[in-house]
Amino acid sequence: MKNSAQDDVRVGVFICDCGSNIAGYLEMKELVEFAKTLPNVAFVQENLYTCSEGGINEIKVAIPRENLNRVVVASCTPRTHEPLFMSACEEAGLNPYLFEMANIRDQCSWVHMREREAGTNRAKVQIAMAVAKAAKLRELNRIQLSLSHRAMVIGGGVAGMSAALALANMGYEVDLVEKRDRLGGILNDLNMILPTHEPPDKLVNNLVGRLQDHPKVAIHTGAVVTKTEGYVGNYVATIQHNDTENKIKCGAVIVAIGAQPLKPEGLYNYDGNKVITHIELESKLKLGDVQAKNISIIQCVGSRSKERTYCSRICCMTAVKNAILFKEASPDTKITIFYRDMQMYGVENEELFRKSKRLGVRYVTYDPDRPPRFDGESVSVYHLRMGRDMIVPTDLLVLSTPLVAQDDASEISTMLKVPINENGFFLEGHVKLKPLDFATDGVYLCGNARFPSTIREAISQGLGAASRAAGVLSKEALFTSGIVADINPDTCCGCLGCVAVCPYGAINFIENRGVCQVNKVLCKGCGGCAATCPSGSARLDGFSNQQIYAQIEQAMAV
Amino acid sequence: MLDVGRHPKINVLAYSEVVDFNGEIGNFNVKVRRKPRYIDASRCTACGACAEKCPTKVPNEFNFGFDDRKAIYKDYAQGIPSVFTIDPDHCKVILGGKCGVCQKVCQAKAVDYEQKESFVDLNVASVIVSTGYELFDATQIPEYGYGRMPNVISSLEMERLLSAGGPTRGHLSRPSVIYGEKRLKELPKLIKKAEKDQKEDQKQILEQEMKRIEEQVHKYHTAKKLAFIQCVGSRDFRFHKYCSNYCCMHSIKEAIIAREHEHETESYIFYMDLRTVGKGFEEYKVRGAEVSGLKYIRGRVAEILQDEEMNPVVYYEDTEKRQVVGMTFDMVILANACSPSKGIRNISELLGLELDENQFVRTSPNNPLDTNVPGIFSCGCAQGPLDIPESVAQASSAAARAAEVVMTEGLPIAV
Ligand SMILES: Cc1cc2nc3c(=O)[nH]c(=O)nc-3n(C[C@H](O)[C@H](O)[C@H](O)COP(=O)(O)OP(=O)(O)OC[C@H]3O[C@@H](n4cnc5c(N)ncnc54)[C@H](O)[C@@H]3O)c2cc1C
Ligand SMILES: Cc1cc2nc3c(=O)[nH]c(=O)nc-3n(C[C@H](O)[C@H](O)[C@H](O)COP(=O)(O)OP(=O)(O)OC[C@H]3O[C@@H](n4cnc5c(N)ncnc54)[C@H](O)[C@@H]3O)c2cc1C
Ligand code: SF4
Ligand code: SF4
Ligand code: SF4
Ligand code: SF4
Ligand code: SF4
Repeated sequence: MKNSAQDDVRVGVFICDCGSNIAGYLEMKELVEFAKTLPNVAFVQENLYTCSEGGINEIKVAIPRENLNRVVVASCTPRTHEPLFMSACEEAGLNPYLFEMANIRDQCSWVHMREREAGTNRAKVQIAMAVAKAAKLRELNRIQLSLSHRAMVIGGGVAGMSAALALANMGYEVDLVEKRDRLGGILNDLNMILPTHEPPDKLVNNLVGRLQDHPKVAIHTGAVVTKTEGYVGNYVATIQHNDTENKIKCGAVIVAIGAQPLKPEGLYNYDGNKVITHIELESKLKLGDVQAKNISIIQCVGSRSKERTYCSRICCMTAVKNAILFKEASPDTKITIFYRDMQMYGVENEELFRKSKRLGVRYVTYDPDRPPRFDGESVSVYHLRMGRDMIVPTDLLVLSTPLVAQDDASEISTMLKVPINENGFFLEGHVKLKPLDFATDGVYLCGNARFPSTIREAISQGLGAASRAAGVLSKEALFTSGIVADINPDTCCGCLGCVAVCPYGAINFIENRGVCQVNKVLCKGCGGCAATCPSGSARLDGFSNQQIYAQIEQAMAV
Repeated sequence: MLDVGRHPKINVLAYSEVVDFNGEIGNFNVKVRRKPRYIDASRCTACGACAEKCPTKVPNEFNFGFDDRKAIYKDYAQGIPSVFTIDPDHCKVILGGKCGVCQKVCQAKAVDYEQKESFVDLNVASVIVSTGYELFDATQIPEYGYGRMPNVISSLEMERLLSAGGPTRGHLSRPSVIYGEKRLKELPKLIKKAEKDQKEDQKQILEQEMKRIEEQVHKYHTAKKLAFIQCVGSRDFRFHKYCSNYCCMHSIKEAIIAREHEHETESYIFYMDLRTVGKGFEEYKVRGAEVSGLKYIRGRVAEILQDEEMNPVVYYEDTEKRQVVGMTFDMVILANACSPSKGIRNISELLGLELDENQFVRTSPNNPLDTNVPGIFSCGCAQGPLDIPESVAQASSAAARAAEVVMTEGLPIAV
């Protein structure tokens, strides 16, 4: 053991038996005696369960009695137990960041169950490393910040409207910013909605009416957000409406800008007249302007392909919907749907699928390697299931094209420093567990901006995003973690390496000074920047080079 | 799960059920019965010393009986709350016999054989029903042989077999082999006994069985050729008309994982439509074929038989080749439908909830979280089949609705 004791450092080491989980496989007495020999160690205690009420109390009593100013617990995993031990230190008046943990259960007793001696030696190293680091720990503080309890929702489709209404109903002021001159989004362009069998105006008017009447909602139509500054709890957004600019403060932002149907230029002789998309069909139907008797619908036009790999989720149900509406209006209209897989997932969609078959809609599977062809008169295709070519006379061809990202998605992504995926849809923090959050705190997403969805799903996601945002807005104050990065402006060369690696968008480049700066509210202490910075200017509090070198030295010493 | 367990504002009442319910939005009274664990949860540290020493073995239902647990147990290590439970149907002391080993070894003094059930009264402003689903019972489809043929398993059994923390530590052993190995452990004792009792016939039968199983176990340890059968109990007029939403994806996932464990694995997925509607799902499916060599076969499986070596033989109509074909596999995995939970009837009666024709909690497209009772919301598979991202998104939405209750007396979002 090379390093010598520091005068004023008094480390208390608590070694846990974890019942028999640790004590059953390691020589506890040896560990205790060993810990006593380590530099700076003033007190060592073995606990049956350090995490039990009794064990926690022993830490709290020992801190003042033994005059400890560092605490090490050698036990299980910090993932589950670190917060508990840190708060024990805090309650005993010790800065919680003067605490360090050694995992001698998962990393020693469990993996070396049949090697008592080796396991014990391994645990000694872990304890020595933790003590060495503890000696170098410094007090860290969580900073408290005030916040705005107002929210901003970008995009006034059904998702954004639901989000705004939910937030207002929870008591938060909301700014709802919509680019078009009216709320409702893509619903304004539709003819009829299934499975409710209602005209879209009904739903839109209902939501718009409730929003307009709500004292907490400010609606900005014909407006866009041109700039956002700040961070969670403290954004300042610039809303532009015609020539006027308006600055608002808000604590959270919800992105609900929707998506747009792809225009299939160059495919199947698309002309917007005889060959149209579903969105165009819905407009025509609204005007009562469709006379065709032989209608063909081709699925996956421009999707599930090399250039656009995804399945757009809603175009199969849209095709089935329109087929049903045609059949209901005039049963002898011949409708053929050419498809690869009918994506009628769930309860309601599958019900619609069955209904369409009952009504006589014909389904033909095609092979993507041999797609249908249209010569202006009829669709010909190799029928996969019958194993031969077939020809279907067609006087109206409807192309089921996918929803694609809005043109300004990437601008908004840059403005809010949140990611989009390769298809331009906004990328959530975790695909399974955080579907409505971005990795960056304070920004949330819902509806088609995230991925194509039905109205039911868009409403649900709007409400969900509101709930996630309320998690921030309901706080009285925000606290930073103590373990955050810091960049030394005197040595930072402004290479932007750290900006590129930070997964949480926590680093800003200060242009006039040519250096980077960490936003301590957004920083999650991952250490990415510190590891990347070529000039050693970025460092992570609680994991400084000296602290880590001290640990490595101990690891190498044995 | 960990976050829920640790959150100061969340009171987890596990191993409990609602037994009485009344009141209205803003003011519901709920009585919860807490079943006795025979463990003082505030003392138990989940060290597991008790289970190590407990002499009573019970087939482990969490792993579908592929392995055993003890009479004092915890389903899996990361479970929340992190507490052990005594199974009153098997513990010797609770059944009136002698033992008490766990009480002796428990240094935390957590074992309490006298613990009684208790009741908790709650007063809440709103309620969220998220009681989930149950796996469709595939024995209802006799032609698939589930329950009769050991190597035809359910999707959840497959999940356990693939799990690193599961009964085989992620190794894809054939169930016939797992059962065989279990039997092999018993057989020598039985043979000895037959010998002692001088029952020569029986001894011979047992010895033959032993030889046969030994060969089986030796020959077919790992399942390498797998068939996944989609829409088992879903999209089927006899059972559930609906599509269960997530099973196409979990079969693809399981097939990809099986291949990652064992490079020689070959998987065939028999489907009607492969529903890959989620974000990244279609790409995942394509990658499954290109990288993991999965074969997707459009066709409904008519019947599964078993050859003399316990290999399932799948008969299906290949709709693209237009012929009925039989193919032999090491193991067949059924994509069981998402069935409504059986307990939902009871809960819906207590709470006054309407169920839909499929026995899921009734919600509507414009008010996706609201039930017929103001102040009671529903999310996840309780209201219909959903995958994890959709369930998680809905859970947040239900939380939003519950929070709104306080301000608006539960007005629906769109009327
Ligand atoms: C042809 C077709 C038929 C459909 N039929 C059905 C159906 O029958 N049933 C069903 O359940 N679903 C149906 N859907 C799906 C449904 O329309 C969508 O799920 C839903 O409308 C999505 O709502 P949204 O709010 O996410 O997006 P949108 O409705 O697209 O709203 C986004 C809003 O954001 C605005 N915006 C964009 N950029 C900005 C910006 N930079 N700043 C401010 N505002 C901005 C847009 O102007 C728009 O108003 C259909 C979809 C299509 C394409
Ligand atoms: C084999 C298989 C693999 C899957 N793989 C994936 C996957 O890879 N990705 C994915 O996205 N989805 C997957 N899914 C789907 C996923 O399981 C569901 O989306 C998810 O579990 C739904 O969550 P839930 O909370 O609604 O229901 P559940 O998970 O069913 O949870 C309901 C809970 O309520 C409890 N409960 C029930 N009744 C009562 C009562 N009366 N009182 C108190 N508590 C009660 C139950 O004990 C249970 O803990 C898979 C499903 C299966 C069958
Ligand atoms: S929803 Fe249907 S039409 Fe749309 S991309 Fe998916 S499979 Fe193709
Ligand atoms: S430590 Fe991680 S989160 Fe914090 S600024 Fe550096 S890279 Fe970003
Ligand atoms: S009951 Fe006792 S021995 Fe069993 S896990 Fe809990 S603390 Fe450990
Ligand atoms: S008392 Fe019961 S649970 Fe405890 S060790 Fe004996 S059988 Fe097992
Ligand atoms: S998700 Fe796939 S396997 Fe499941 S019911 Fe629907 S189509 Fe069948």
